[in-house]
Amino acid sequence: MRFSLWLPSLMQIALLAGGLCASPAAFSQEAAPADNSTVRIAYLTQEVEHPPAMSNLDEPPADDGLAGATLAVADNNSTGRFLKQRFALEAVTVPIDGDPAQALRDLAAAGHRIVVLDLPGEAPGALARLPEAADLLLFNAGSTDDSLRNALCAPNLLHTAPDRAMLADALAQYLAVKRWTKWQLIVGTRPEDRLYAAAVKRAAKRFGAEVVEEKTWSEDHDARRTAQAEMPVFTQGKRHDVVIVADEIGDFGDYVLYRTWEPRPVAGTQGLVPTNWHRAHEAWGAAQLQSRFKAAAQRIMSPRDHAVWAAIRAVGEAATRTRSTDPAALATYIRGPDFTLAAFKGVPLSFRSWDGQLRQPVLLAADRSLVSVSPQDGFLHPKTELDTLGHDQPETGCRR
Amino acid sequence: MTTARSLLLAALLAGCAVPALAETVYVSNEKDNTLSIIDGATLTVTETVKVGRRPRGITLSADGKHLYICASDDDTVQVMDLATRKILHNLPSGEDPELFALHPDGKQLFIANEESNVVTVVDVPSRKVAYQVDVGVEPEGMAVSPDGKWAVNTSETTNMVHWIDTEKRSVVDHTLVDARPRYAQFNKDGSRLWVSAEIGGTLSVIDTASRKVAQTVRFKIKGVPQDRIQPVGIKLTDDGRYAFVALGPANHVAVVDAQTFAVKEYLLVGRRVWQLDLSPDQKRLYATNGVSGDVSVIDVESLKVVKSIKTGRYPWGVAVKG
Repeated sequence: MRFSLWLPSLMQIALLAGGLCASPAAFSQEAAPADNSTVRIAYLTQEVEHPPAMSNLDEPPADDGLAGATLAVADNNSTGRFLKQRFALEAVTVPIDGDPAQALRDLAAAGHRIVVLDLPGEAPGALARLPEAADLLLFNAGSTDDSLRNALCAPNLLHTAPDRAMLADALAQYLAVKRWTKWQLIVGTRPEDRLYAAAVKRAAKRFGAEVVEEKTWSEDHDARRTAQAEMPVFTQGKRHDVVIVADEIGDFGDYVLYRTWEPRPVAGTQGLVPTNWHRAHEAWGAAQLQSRFKAAAQRIMSPRDHAVWAAIRAVGEAATRTRSTDPAALATYIRGPDFTLAAFKGVPLSFRSWDGQLRQPVLLAADRSLVSVSPQDGFLHPKTELDTLGHDQPETGCRR
Repeated sequence: MTTARSLLLAALLAGCAVPALAETVYVSNEKDNTLSIIDGATLTVTETVKVGRRPRGITLSADGKHLYICASDDDTVQVMDLATRKILHNLPSGEDPELFALHPDGKQLFIANEESNVVTVVDVPSRKVAYQVDVGVEPEGMAVSPDGKWAVNTSETTNMVHWIDTEKRSVVDHTLVDARPRYAQFNKDGSRLWVSAEIGGTLSVIDTASRKVAQTVRFKIKGVPQDRIQPVGIKLTDDGRYAFVALGPANHVAVVDAQTFAVKEYLLVGRRVWQLDLSPDQKRLYATNGVSGDVSVIDVESLKVVKSIKTGRYPWGVAVKG
């Protein structure tokens, strides 16, 4: 059976992206800006050194995020050809010791106006403040930092990745429904683990749960050998219903499961995980996106892939609805009240006006099954139940 | 005596003991790989038949003798002989067939291939692919105009209705509708096309002559969050009176006045109501409820839900035979 006509163009994009990855400077010598029926979208990421983790079964894919960009541009193009709109992707990967700020300046100088940032931590907030970024539309698809939606927010920065508060709230709502309201919290030593733990504590307050005890996992020996002996003793303590782990790199969290002193479920960064995307998610047409992605990238779609995909699809959707390829018109529409995005999550998604965050359901998944989707029934909101997750308008720290 | 005996014999031969005039309802169970057969006289499931994997869209042949079944995970359309409940053969459907529509000539079957962004047109008598047409991302809804001139396809991620000229065998126009268009149906005279948009939460009524959206119908149900209202299946009565619209996880079927486009009523049915079909006499509407695993029976005259019938897991498609 014939496959889609768009496979060749998809492969071309992938090859193009691959070529550019190798030489970050290539785009600055790029040819004259494309004609005005083309929407140019840049994708900017940086190589990272993966710290050693005890749980090292899964190798992070080299094209994590980028594969989502490639698919989204192909999706945009298959709609665009009916409207005589084209979408072109430029992917830039900055080396570990490179400077993402300079890469963004170069993109702006080359005429790019829409850039998807797939960068960790507070980097997107800093990039959004560059003078050269003032006229850009930036999407943060890589960082879950709550600070980017609060003190470090910026008018030119939208977020398709959920923040830690949304993830923790999604988990807290489910635990509230289960009436597992006494939590033992185990936190790793890395700064992002402490941020995750802070979001968990905030969520506990919001949804009537209690962190009865907080412990820091700071053992530096290889617990694959000793977890059997260490974890039961380590998890002894005050009575609790559930153990929550904050271990974003997946160092020790997997070794908490089934080794606790009390027979208790594990949730958080391991065990029952709140996430924007998961391979077990198949409802609302998600099965189609999963298999489309798998056919194109030869692997499962990651949460990062989906956040990048959503950002580029948002641009495509705006181009379809406005029948425009003008970046300024697209940016206005995306931020406006009429914008909605269908992202295989059962409800239309849109950006919060106060901090630029994409409001979206959060999946709660175990390794091989989707357990639930938050917001949970009964958590009401005057505007949309999606705003029960994360930083709602009255509590926002964004003054932009 | 002889007459009675032969009647009884005929009933036995037909494999059922129901009045010959009553309708039969066929329901595909997506997660059970089965077909539930409901007797319209008693409104009970009389038989459950094993079919291909992930059966979704089903439709009757022009003569009513065969049922075409999209077996999505088997990448085929099965042809079932309704007299014997046996699969006669498969049709070459293209990848992941989900929904289809039969041309009024009874020969050309237009199949939406969700994963390969094409519509496959199968010549049913010869069981061969006649041609394929490229459409948008995730083609889903299919309809053919009563005069056979147009075949339309809705693409869920491209958010368009693609107009296939059946003589030219190519797409000649596109109509942009709201997000995630799922289902399309022409009215009896073919002057209008009704299209549901699941994520947009709307119904677009398109003028066939101009291929422009003439009306947009919106829904609001007290106590149901707006983003739960996700229109999917549509059925229009032949008399032009009603459009019935399945509203998915809103668990209601909307009754729309097909002349004024006002929503007349919301009927509470099972969970995640999906597809609809009318009985041949147009007196009953059958609705598949995926999550609750049953079929709701609606009396068209009184607009009341009269019964729910337990089926297999995730009932999806429904077709009613007279």
